[in-house]
Amino acid sequence: MLQIGLAHYLTVAAILFTTGVFGIFLNRKNVIIILMSVELMLLAVNINLVAFSAYLNDLVGQIFTMFVLTVAAAEAAIGLAIVVVYFRNRGTIEVEDISQMKG
Amino acid sequence: MPNLMPALPEIFLACAAMAILMLGVFRKKDDMRATATLAVVAFAVTALLVSGLGSERTTTFGGMFVIDGFAVFMKTLVLVASGLAVVMSVGFLEREEIDRFEYPALMVLATLGMMMMISANNLMSLYLGLELQSLSLYVMAAYQRDSVRASEAGLKYFVLGALASGMLLYGASLIYGFAGSTDFEVLARTFAGGHGAPHAGVIVGIVFVVAGLAFKVSAVPFHMWTPDVYEGAPTPVTAFFSVAPKIAAFALFVRVMVGPFGDLADQWRQVIVFISLASMILGAFAAINQTNIKRLMAYSSIGHVGYGLIGLAVGNAAGIRGVLIYFAIYLFMNIGAFAVILSMRQKGRMVEGIEDLAGLSKTSPMMALAMAIFMFSMAGIPPLAGFWGKFYVFMAAIDAGLVTLAVIGVLASVVSAFYYLRIIKVMYFDEPVESFDRPIGRAMGAILAVSAIVIVAFTVVPSPLVTEAEAAASTLFGE
Repeated sequence: MLQIGLAHYLTVAAILFTTGVFGIFLNRKNVIIILMSVELMLLAVNINLVAFSAYLNDLVGQIFTMFVLTVAAAEAAIGLAIVVVYFRNRGTIEVEDISQMKG
Repeated sequence: MPNLMPALPEIFLACAAMAILMLGVFRKKDDMRATATLAVVAFAVTALLVSGLGSERTTTFGGMFVIDGFAVFMKTLVLVASGLAVVMSVGFLEREEIDRFEYPALMVLATLGMMMMISANNLMSLYLGLELQSLSLYVMAAYQRDSVRASEAGLKYFVLGALASGMLLYGASLIYGFAGSTDFEVLARTFAGGHGAPHAGVIVGIVFVVAGLAFKVSAVPFHMWTPDVYEGAPTPVTAFFSVAPKIAAFALFVRVMVGPFGDLADQWRQVIVFISLASMILGAFAAINQTNIKRLMAYSSIGHVGYGLIGLAVGNAAGIRGVLIYFAIYLFMNIGAFAVILSMRQKGRMVEGIEDLAGLSKTSPMMALAMAIFMFSMAGIPPLAGFWGKFYVFMAAIDAGLVTLAVIGVLASVVSAFYYLRIIKVMYFDEPVESFDRPIGRAMGAILAVSAIVIVAFTVVPSPLVTEAEAAASTLFGE
C-alpha cells in the first residue's frame, strides 16, 4: 500500500501554487479569476504549513495557517471592493482593458 | 503576561487608529480636518514613545517582537514620513473634494503595520505586519474612487501585491519546514557556524522570500507595478508610498537578510547584487523618456532602492550604516520633491507634466530653488546630502571588495543625473508658460523649507545623523 508522506503533500502544494501563479499571468479574461488564483496560492501555502506542522510535530505551522486564513479573508474582501470600484468606473473587469497607463 | 513596554508605541498607535475611526464615525461632518490633526498628534506621541525606548535589544511576546537601535531609527524615519505625508495630504484632498475621514485612519493603520514589520522577529509577525501595511495601502491607492486611473492603480497594486505576499508566504512555509522554526533567533542559530550548505529547500525558501520583499521595495525585476501605481494614485498617496512603505519594507529586508540568514550571506549575496544592479540601471535609463513627473519619481525611486541594496549586498555594519543614512536622506529629498509636485496647480487643476515646471524660477523663485536643491541632491551632486548618502554606500561596497557594483552604481548615477538636471534646466532656462496657483499654503511651504534645510544642513553638520546610523547599524550585529 502506498504511504502518503510529506513529499506528496509538498508536491500537491507546489502544483497548486504554480497553478495560482500561472492563473494570474496567463489569464486574459477576468479579474475575478485572478482573485481566485491568489486564494489558490495562499491555500497551497496552508497545505505546506499543515504538512510541515504534522511532520515536525510542532504546532507553530498550524497557528501560522490560522493567521493566513484570516488574512486571506481580509485580502479577498479588499480585493473585491477594489474590483467593484473599478467596475463602476469602467463598466468592465476584463484584464486586457486594464491598461490606461503605460510606458 | 508578556512585557508590553517594548510594544508600547504600537499599542498606542493601534488605540489611536481606533479612536480616529470612532471620531470619524460619530462626528456630523465627514471631512478630514479633525481626524488628520488627531493622526499627526498620534504620530508625534508615538515618535516620542519610540525615542524613549532606548537602544537596548529586547524581545517580547515570546520572541515575536524585537526592539533595538535599528528598529528605533527606522521607526522614527517612518513616523516622520507618515506625519509629513498627512500634513501634505490635507490641502490637496480638500481641493479635490475627497477629504473623507477614513484617509488619516488608513494612514495610521498602514504606519502601524510598518512598525510591526520593522520589529518583526518571527516569520509570522513579519507576515502579519506586512499584510496590515499592504491591505491599508491597497485601499489608499484606490482612494479616489471616482477616478479611473486611481481605481486601476489600486487594482494593479492589489493583484501584484497579493502575488508578492503569496510568494513570500510560500518561501516562509519552506523555511519553516526545512529549518524547523519560524523564530529568527532559532533560525540564526540553526544556520550559524556553517555546517556545510543548508538544505536546498531552505535556499528555495529564501529566494521566494527575497522575491516577495523585492516586490515590496519595488526592486527590479519586481518593479512593474511602481510606475503605474505612482502615476494613477492621488498625488499625496504617491508621496506617502514613495517614502514610508519603502523605508519600512527596506528595514524588514535588512532585518531578515542579516538576522536569521546572516550566516548564509554567501548564498544570497549574488541575488541581492543582481537586483541591485538591475534596479540602478533600469532606474537610470527608463526615467529618461518620461514626461509625467510622478512616473519619473517612480523610476527614480526604483533607482534609489538599487543604491540602498548595494549596502545590503555588503551586509556588514558599514553597509547597513550606509543604508540607514541613505534612506534618512532619501526621505527628506522625496518629501520635499513631492511638496513641489503637490503645489503644481494651474487654474485650480492639478498638472503633472515636467514641461509644466517651465520657468518656475521666474514665477516662484523660492520653490524653484528648493526643487533644484532636491534634484541636485537626488542626482548625487556634491556637496549636497544625496551625494553623501551614495558616498557611504559606495565606500562600504569598495571596502568589502564589491568594486564592480560600486563602479556600475556611480555610472548609473551619472546617467540618472541627466533627467534630474533636465528638470532644473526646464525650471531655470525655459520660458514660463503659465504660473502655478498661489499661495501654496503655509504647511506646504514649511515642509519645503524644512526638507531643503535638512538637505543642506547635512552637508555642514553630518555627524549627528552618521553617529545615530552607526549606532543603529551596530545593534544588528550585536557589537
